Amino acid sequence: MPSLDDLKKRIKSVKSTQKITKAMKMVAAAKLKKAQEDAEKGRPYSDKMHNIILNLTKTVRDPISAPKLLVGTGENKTYLCVVMTADRGLCGGFNSNICKLAKKFFKKFLSEKKNLKIITVGTKGHDQLKNEYGKYIIEKKNFKNIKKISFKDANEVGTLILSKFKSGEFDKCYIFFNNFKNVITQIPQIQQIIPIEQKEELSTEKENSINNQYEYEPDEDEILDDLLPKNISTQIFKALLENAASEQGSRMTAMDNATRNAGDLVEKLTITYNRSRQASITKELIEIISGAESL
Amino acid sequence: MKENFNIEIISPSKIIFKDTANHVSIPSYEGMMGVLKGHIPIITFLRPGIVEINNEKKTETFFLDEGIVEFSNDTLLILSSSVKNIKDFTKKEINEQLNLAEKSFNEEKCSDKEKYILSYKIEGLKNLS
Repeated sequence: MPSLDDLKKRIKSVKSTQKITKAMKMVAAAKLKKAQEDAEKGRPYSDKMHNIILNLTKTVRDPISAPKLLVGTGENKTYLCVVMTADRGLCGGFNSNICKLAKKFFKKFLSEKKNLKIITVGTKGHDQLKNEYGKYIIEKKNFKNIKKISFKDANEVGTLILSKFKSGEFDKCYIFFNNFKNVITQIPQIQQIIPIEQKEELSTEKENSINNQYEYEPDEDEILDDLLPKNISTQIFKALLENAASEQGSRMTAMDNATRNAGDLVEKLTITYNRSRQASITKELIEIISGAESL
Repeated sequence: MKENFNIEIISPSKIIFKDTANHVSIPSYEGMMGVLKGHIPIITFLRPGIVEINNEKKTETFFLDEGIVEFSNDTLLILSSSVKNIKDFTKKEINEQLNLAEKSFNEEKCSDKEKYILSYKIEGLKNLS
């Protein structure tokens, strides 16, 4: 049985923890709003670019002369995985969810006897993956010192990937990130960026007939050559923005839970504290009364 | 009266400009291009230069390094990561960019294609200052 003093100390420490988590929650909520706006503002650019590329890919008739970024190198040996996580912890399952998904795919790739190469973006992902997959990590990046992610930063990662692709270091590239659905749910995702996934949506079929009438200046191939490298950076930028929003959302929920748990704990401890105080008073009274009786 | 069409300029982080216009001139890769309502659907990309948007009320000008342009259904879409309204340029920025461009232009490893693009950048920036 802890003494009254001990209980008092514990209540105090839990209360101050609660204060911290509450503050973190509020900070995350404020940052979330900003990040969410950024992510939403960034969507038109990547969506439109994706549309244009889809239109262009339909015009490519000869798969041999088509740009390699579009159709792949023709081989299927080396996979490059870009795992994007946060630089900070204390955000619930955010980082571990991405890593879990990434590890699942790493295992799959390795069992298929593929060569695996990993680039980690964000320090937390690097920390989680370095034990098991450290020998596959070829590059690590983080944006610890950058307050707000700009297109320039995404471009850096994009150029890195492109230069590795040009020197033939890998055949396929995947990115792992959290898609921001809403404040409570973030879905870890894998997306193939090299070669570009050609998901045809059924609803666009009507548009297709119109799209065929596009005029291209200069010709399609040259536009594709210019567009595809840009698309890589755009996709990465989009992933980073989604990730930033998800991180704040996840942190907010985690901190909200922590605040609530701390509250519950304080309540429980207060009851124990009151009971043991009452018990000691009762005990003292019994002692006095029985002392008086024995006289 | 001239007829209007929609124009949108979008950068990776936000929608920079969204309005109607009756004439827009864009620095297409193969030369300046004027766009009016009813232009045929086109996709092209840009070299460094100035985008000028005219409508009845005002004229807006933007400088950009690169970009993709799509015109369809009377909507002109410009995607660019380096677009900036000319009003927001300071003298210092122009000079800095100009110096940088001229420096890489004079480098030996600079290919003809890069030189072509840079020459337009230099010219465009000189016009600004």
